[in-house]
This record gives sequence, C-alpha cells and structure tokens, in this order.
Amino acid sequence: MMKEKLEQIRQQALSAIGGSDTLDKLNDVRVSVFGKKGELTAVLKGMKDVAPEDRPKVGAIVNETRAEIEKALEDAKKKLDRAVREAQMKAETIDVTLPAKKPVLGHRHPNQIALEEMERIFTGLGYEVIESPEVEYDYYNFEALNIPADHPAKDEQDTFYVNKDILLRTQTSGAQVHEMEKGRLPIRMICPGRVYRSDEVDATHSPVFHQVEGMVVDETTTFADLKGTLTEFAKELFGEDTKVKFRPHHFPFTEPSAEMDVSCFKCGGKGCRFCKGEGWIEILGCGMVHPHVLEMSKIDPIKYRGFAFGVGLERIALLKYEIDDMRLMYENDARFLEQF
Amino acid sequence: MNTSFNWIKDLVPGLDCSAQEYMDAMTLSGTKGEGFVTLDKNLEKIVVGEVESMEKHPDSDHLWICQVNIGAEKIQIVTGAQNLKVGDRVPTVLDGGKVAGGHDGSPLPENGIEIKAGKLRGVESNGMMCGIEELGSSREVFPDAPENGIYVFPKDADVKPGDDAVHALGLDDTIHEYEVTSNRVDCYSVLGIAREAAATFRLPFKPPVVPETGANASEKSSDYIKVSIEADDLCTRYVGRVVKDIKIAESPEWMKKRLRASGIRPINNLVDITNYVMIEYGQPMHAYDLSTVAGNEIIVRRAKDGETFVTLDGQERKLDSDVLMICDGEKEIGLAGIMGGQNSMITEDVKTVLFEAATFNGPNIRKAAKRIGIRTDASGIFEKGLDANNAIEAMNRACALVEELGCGTVLNGAVDVHSELPQPVHITFEPERTNEFLGTDISREDMLSYFKPLEIVYDEAKNELICPTFRQDLKSFADISEEVARFFGYDKIPTTLPKSGATAGKLSFKMRVEGVARDVVEFAGYSEAMCYSFESPKVFDKLLLPEDAKERQVIKISNPLGEDFSVMRTLTLNGMLNSLALNYNRRNKNVKLYELGSVYLPKALPLTELPDEREKLTLGFYGEGDFFTLKGVVEEVLSRAGLKLKPEYDPNAGLPYMHPGRQANIIYDGKVIGFLGEVHPEVCDNYDLDTKAYVAVIDMLDVVEKATFARHFNGIAKFPAVTRDISMLVPKSVLAGQIEAMLAQRGGKILENYALFDIYEGAQVKAGFKSIAYTLSFRDKEKTLADDEVNSAMKKILNGLESLGIELRS
Repeated sequence: MMKEKLEQIRQQALSAIGGSDTLDKLNDVRVSVFGKKGELTAVLKGMKDVAPEDRPKVGAIVNETRAEIEKALEDAKKKLDRAVREAQMKAETIDVTLPAKKPVLGHRHPNQIALEEMERIFTGLGYEVIESPEVEYDYYNFEALNIPADHPAKDEQDTFYVNKDILLRTQTSGAQVHEMEKGRLPIRMICPGRVYRSDEVDATHSPVFHQVEGMVVDETTTFADLKGTLTEFAKELFGEDTKVKFRPHHFPFTEPSAEMDVSCFKCGGKGCRFCKGEGWIEILGCGMVHPHVLEMSKIDPIKYRGFAFGVGLERIALLKYEIDDMRLMYENDARFLEQF
Repeated sequence: MNTSFNWIKDLVPGLDCSAQEYMDAMTLSGTKGEGFVTLDKNLEKIVVGEVESMEKHPDSDHLWICQVNIGAEKIQIVTGAQNLKVGDRVPTVLDGGKVAGGHDGSPLPENGIEIKAGKLRGVESNGMMCGIEELGSSREVFPDAPENGIYVFPKDADVKPGDDAVHALGLDDTIHEYEVTSNRVDCYSVLGIAREAAATFRLPFKPPVVPETGANASEKSSDYIKVSIEADDLCTRYVGRVVKDIKIAESPEWMKKRLRASGIRPINNLVDITNYVMIEYGQPMHAYDLSTVAGNEIIVRRAKDGETFVTLDGQERKLDSDVLMICDGEKEIGLAGIMGGQNSMITEDVKTVLFEAATFNGPNIRKAAKRIGIRTDASGIFEKGLDANNAIEAMNRACALVEELGCGTVLNGAVDVHSELPQPVHITFEPERTNEFLGTDISREDMLSYFKPLEIVYDEAKNELICPTFRQDLKSFADISEEVARFFGYDKIPTTLPKSGATAGKLSFKMRVEGVARDVVEFAGYSEAMCYSFESPKVFDKLLLPEDAKERQVIKISNPLGEDFSVMRTLTLNGMLNSLALNYNRRNKNVKLYELGSVYLPKALPLTELPDEREKLTLGFYGEGDFFTLKGVVEEVLSRAGLKLKPEYDPNAGLPYMHPGRQANIIYDGKVIGFLGEVHPEVCDNYDLDTKAYVAVIDMLDVVEKATFARHFNGIAKFPAVTRDISMLVPKSVLAGQIEAMLAQRGGKILENYALFDIYEGAQVKAGFKSIAYTLSFRDKEKTLADDEVNSAMKKILNGLESLGIELRS
C-alpha cells in the first residue's frame, strides 16, 4: 500500500518535472512533493503508522524515492538555469567589430628607440653605458684625440665655440678620453649623447644631433675584434642576414681606421632608391685607438690596445624607420611621434 | 679629386678592368670612389665627317643640305647649324647611332637620344653633325666650340673622315671621383692615385720619365732672379726657374684631353703646363711675367695689417699680417698659395717667365683664404700642407714639358730656397706586433710585398721601414699596420669577439631612473619630444622673465648659426611651448609631450669652467586634462622612482611664465625639485598657442638623488579598517594641503589613508567658505581597532582642523 503510494508519487513527480518548462513550475513541483503539504511530506508524516518492523524497509524506499525526485529536480533546474543563461547571453550579444576603446599611451621618440636597441645590444656584450659633457673643453674634443690646434679636421667639423677653450662637442669621442683618464681598465663602454655642428638645417642635417661612441681597451684587443663586435652589432640591429663591409678611412684618433657599410636592408644589396643604387649604406666610423691617444691619456700603448667607434644615432633611426626628413625628428608633431 | 681613367691606365700599364671594378677595388684599399661618369655612355656610331658640299634647302631659309664624307662613303645630312663651311671636319652621328643630349646643354637624358635617318622638310638626312653639348660635354672645356653650332675640329687636328670622333675628342674616357681623406695629401694628384692603383692591383707603376732640362743653357735662372724667404715659418720652400723665349701656342691634343677630363679648360701651352703639373703632381704652380717682377727679386713675407691687394680676378683684397705674400723688389705680386696678382699676370706678349713651385704652412693658407674670402683650386691643395720635396720634382716636370712642347728655353738650374727639408721617417718593422694588433697571421714577406709599390723601403740591416716624404701620414707602428691591413684586405681580416674576461654591461643608476620616468609618462599618454639645446635670447622676453632673472645668465655661442640658435637654454619651456604650438596650429587634438633633456647653467660668466648640465623632465599638454591630472603624473613619476614621501606644493612659486593662481613649486623632502601649473595666458599668446596649456618640469638629478629601486612588502592587512567621513566648512584661504598636513600630523599611526571626496564652493555655502569632505580610513596592523581608539584620533584631528578656522558640518 505504502509502496504503491510512493511509486505513484514518484511517477507523478517525474512526469511533472519533465513537463516543467520554467523554474516557477519546477518550484511548484518541488512544493507539491516536498512542501509542508507535499505528498512525500505526508507520507513521511504517515511513517508513524507503519509497523515498526516494516519501517526500515519502507524508510529505504522513501529515501530512494526522495533522492530520485530530488535529483530529477536538480537536473531539471540545471537545465532550465542553463537555458535562462543562454537566453540572457544571446540577448547580450555585441558587435565585436565595433571600434576598440584604447588606452591613450604616449610614444617614445624613434631616436630613443634606436638608442635603446643599441644599449641593449652593447650592454649584452658587457659594455657600460656612460655620459660625458656636451659643453666641453677643446682638449677633450680635439687635442687629446690627436687633433692639434692647426689640424684641418678642426675646420672640417664646423665647431660652435663658447670661447677659445670651451666649445659644444662636435663628437662624443671626448668620452673616450674621460673614460681613459679614470684609469680603470679594461674599458668597455658606450656613450650616447647630443653633439653639435654648425650645419644649416635641411632634410639630412641638423646643428644638433646624437652620436653613440663606443670604446674597448684591453691587453688583447685586435682589429679582428673590432670587426667581429661591429658585425654582431649590425646583425642585431638590422637583421641576421645583414652583410657588412669595412672600408679604410681616416680619423685622427684611430689607426687603422675604417668606415662600416651594411648591406641595404631594403633591397638586400641589389641596389635600390633607398641605398642610391649602391646596395650598401654607410653607418659608422671606427678604428683601433691611436697609440698616441692612449699615451696622452696615460695608458701604456705597448701593453694596451683598443678599438673605438662612433655611430650617428639619427642616421640609424632615419634608415631603420625609413624617415625621409631629419627635420621631422625635432619638430615633435604628434602625428609623427604616434607612428613609433 | 677627379681623375681620368685613361690617364691612370697609362700610368699603370696592364690595368684592365671595368670602371666599376676599379672603383670597388680602390675603395676597399682606401681610396674611396664616390662614383664615376662615363663620358661616352650614350655616344654611338659617331665618326669624323668632312663637309664636302653645302647647298640651301629649297623649302627653308635656315636649313643646309650637306654632303658629308664619312670615310667609306658619303652621306647627305640636313643641318640647321650656321657655322659650317665646306672642308670642315665635324663629329657626325650615323643612322642608328646615339648622342648624349640636346644642343642646348640641358640635363642629359638617362639613355641618350637615338638618331635615325629621316626627311627634313622633304629632304633626306642620314645622320646628324654634332655640337659639343650633344656629345655630353661643354664649351667650358672645349672653348673652341661655337655657341649654338657644330663642333669643328681644328685645322691642324690629326683626324680624317671615318675616324672615331669620340676617341679624337678624348671622350672615350671615364672620370672617377674620389673622396681623399685629409691625411693623404699625396692622393690629391694623378700620380698619387695611380700609385695606389698599382699597389691595389699589384701591377707596375710607370710614372713619367722626367729628363734633365736646361743643362746646356748658357744662362742660369739665378742670373735672372734672386729669392729670399722672410717668413720661413709660413713658406717651407720656394723653387723658382726662369724660361726664356716663350712661344705661346695651343697645347697638344693629348694634354688638352687630360686637362678636359680633369675638368680644366685648356688655355695655352704655358698656362696648361702649370695646370697639368698641378693635377699630375699635386703641386700648384704659378707663372709670372718676369718683366713685371721689379728688381728681379722675389721676397716671401707677411703682408702688413690693413694692406690691400688686387688679385688677378680684379678684386681688391684686404690683408693682415698673417697673410703670406709673394713680392718683388717693390711690391706685392701674389697672395701666396691662393691667387696671383693682377699686376704680374701673364699676357700673350710674355717673353720670359718665372715659374714658381713653393710649399707653405697649410693651416695658415687655410685660415688666410677663409679670412680673405677666396678659396681657389691652389689654396685647396696648399692648405693640406704639401711635401717640400715634391716641389722640385714638379718644377722639373714642368720644365721638361716646356721643352717637350717647344714652349720656350729653360735656363740652367733652379733658384731653390728652403728651410730644412722633410726627411724620410724610419719605423721599426714589427710584423708580429702588427699581427697581434690586427688579429691576423700575415707573413713578413707578404707585408714587405705590400710596402714595395708604396715606395716604402725596407732596410734589412736596421730592420727599418723608410717611408717616402710624400707619405706624411706614415709616422709610427699603427700607420704601418694600417698599410698592411689595407693591402692584405680589411675584408680578409677575421671577425672575432674580444677574448678578455667578462665585464658587467649596465646602464647607470641615473639612466635606469630616467627609464622609469619615461615609462610612467608614456603610460600616462605623453609622447617623447626632442628640442634643440640652443635657442634665441628673445625667449626670455617671450617667457616674461624680468631683466635680472637668473635664467638670463646664459652661455653664448661665439659663432652661432644665427640669433635663433645663439644661447644654451637655461630652461626647457621654450622648446616645449614651440612644440605644443606647432601641434595646436596643425590642428592636432589633445597633445601631450615630454622631453628629457638638459639645461646648461654657467657657474660663472664669462665661462671659465664647464657649466652644470642639469637634466630636466619636462611635461606639457593642451586639451583634455587639467592641473590635477598633470599633478597626478608627476606624483606617479616620483613614486615609481622610489620617492616615498608625499611631495608638497608651494603655490607661491613666483614663476613669471606661469598663471599666477595656478602654479606650484614641487617640494620633496624640503627641496624644490620642480614646478607645475598652467602656462601664463600671455606666454601662450607669445607662442601663438590659442588654448590653455599646462607644463611640469622636474629636475631629474634631484629625483635620482632620492630615487631607489629597493622595495619592501608590508603584508596584507588582516584586520578591518574603520572609516569616518568629515564634512567641513573651510575658510577659502585654507588650502587642502594644510588640511591634509593636519590629518597626517594628528591622525597618528592608525590613520592609514585619507581621501578628498567632495569639494564645493557656491551659493549653498556661506560667503568666504568652501565645503570640503574627506573620508578617513583607520587601521591597526596588529588588531581590530576599538571604537575609542578611533574616536580619540578623530578628536585630535577635529581639534586641529578647528584651529585652522574650519567649521565641522557633522
């Protein structure tokens, strides 16, 4: 009798659950079974009328029935919940192709980006990045670099003077002298900074521009090390496939001296408008530190040897980022800066 | 330096390669080619034609119908040129040939102009007779060519119909341009370049054989001329030689060809010889009409201050005592090394000539030419400082050419006055050391083989290399190593990395702090600007700085590019405002910029020691944002740089270029480290910036001094915070900063935080007051706060606030 009643409750409940298409209806089912006046509740209340010896058996059936209905309710609820959420999400569908809301970030100057790339490369090779004065003594800019008073190079560089002893440095090479004078050996340094030359402003000239000086002084430094270091540098900066060419040149403070060309990264060396058909682009001057320069800075030129190089930073930035006019670099038009 | 490839090939027999291959090889051995011009690039099928007959075109009043003998046959050509007559021999381009350009001398087309047989007003024309411009040359170097006409070969020219006209004109040549470095004076000459070419291609070098001249002459130069050098610091050598019985004539074609190829106009044999020797030997020469040299005497001395002199271009030049003069017994006759005088100019009637080959102090020539304001081919060479030993050789060559060309009678011996002549430099040969220096393994024999063509002689007994005096750049071990490297080949030297011990690669602490500042301001939307370090002294007026402002103590450049670039900046505002104005006037919206750059503060003026270069972080913007957004960025920079204290702001900064009610000094730990605020509207006007602009400037060195990258974790609060709001009526004169200072001071250790959440001034607030509300947050790290602890702290705070005249609203 009890058993049949329970079976009936079970079937009715499961059928009602199956037929519930809303959470409310499902809840009605729950109340009709488990509520205060619910059918199963009523059965439970009637348990006291069951013979004690039958109670465990009936109790087991009651529990079984309750568990089954509860599970069915739970499953049905999950299903309905999911359906509700899906409906909600469907309603919330957005047009993902609408424009992004970007954070407004600033942009680093291309010159600085190029500099940081160089700093990364050279610090990786064990170089310290140092600074050196822009307003400088003639001695550091010229004389200590083997450019005595009457040297034509002094005229060639179109120097801005403050007075006869003090000038705006025309090259970062004075940093070599400052570094050597510290007397800490070995030296591996680069020194970026502003330099000044009396050039009228045009697409390729600016009276203010930047150089990066580099110097290594040690007991075993060779010209081959210079080549190897700068080859590494060029490949890092312009790409692994970059080829380099060292041409003899003349600087008063290095001997032998060289200029380094890199294969045009635009055409790969075939020759194009970018490299003026040459296939090569000149990017820096370098050489073995002139023994006399070491000597003037109190470094024994028999025991020590060194190499040095100087790179025009704007030149690298203009080339690397294909900027066709130097004036853009100092104009600070936001539409220019935003492209980097 | 430009040279004729044909000339180089004559000096380096066996040199057989393309102009490009030649240039590439020379560049790799140190004589950098800057390019070349192939004179006959677009000259095809051009022969010598002889005009055999001419008749008027029946349908034209200016065209001629010519029958032209081109050797194998005769062809008919119609021409509009009016300078021809029967018998003229002219360059003639045949049907299917090419010329370089048009007759008007306009820029040459890349691929030349093709010439085809056709009809001119109905009459057949099977080619074209050419003007010099059509052949890609000019009347500059072919002065005998007519203007707007056909080039006619001179009567005595050794050409016949059918000959290659391009060859006959010397246009079958290539001109290389070189960048000669300042240390290689010897390469400002054809011989110098050819010597390098011979060494580069390992071929023999065959310089001209210069025979002795004037040995049999009955008279000596010294019979005619006496030379004295009074300024031997400025004139190292003066070689004078006299040539009699001058016969002025045209130079032979071979010489003219070489002069033309070097871009020099042939004039007459005498002038041409001096020019030729200058190109060939790199030694400028001068020729005086001896009849104009008073007292048969040459004196080399300094000019007198304020003296004037008329150079041969007719200009009067003002001199000073650092200008060296060539004088005769009475007067000045030449600006030494720069230009001759009008008063001793060679004329067609010259009978006796004094040739001069001298060497001077190079820097002095350079400076004198600059001061006087003339730079000539000669001064351009002299200023490099020439080898005195080369002067006599050049003189000998010139005299040999005089004899060869039958230009006159060379007298016996030269008058040669000089101070001590340069001696060859001896350098110990250290092949092992050179190999160590270069990182190579080159045999000593190979090294010696490189030196030989360079005329560096090896003295085996002393193990010394003896360097010729024309190689003034060879002085020491390193120079010799460069010669080895050049001819071994820079490209063959291995590439290695330095072998010595590891070194720590790093940025300085200052650079790292700057990096943090960059990151913060860029995240805050500021883009990096770069401004000039020098500017106009007028900016101080634009920035409303009073006459006695310390910022007006500037370093002045003695030779600026112009007033706009004449003083080193002492503040960074000008660059920033110019940049903002440029953007504003180009209609860029909401522009935010920053610059990390130095100002240059003299310690004393005039400058006797180097100035302070102080790096400033300058922020500037217009558009979205206000004082407080800028203040937020400033505080974030400081905080990220590890400056943990709360910065203070002093509104009484007194900066004339800032809005008087919207400016503040930024004070950190008691020190002013910068300022911020709104730019004074009048300053904005001065910069043509028609909007509000805000700037902040922070001294990076001050920041770096206090900066740290040390960070300590303080745990995460375990106990709850207690918050209390205070709403106040604050007298208008009381600043938020004062309230906050009071909160911080009175709140004690348990006051964790305070935040302003409302500020209001207006009708609802009683006159002279503003309404301000703060939320205070209290917390004890060790325990849950008891109410009475908070109450007691609040009481202290409220008492403090009341002492500022603040009324509490709740």
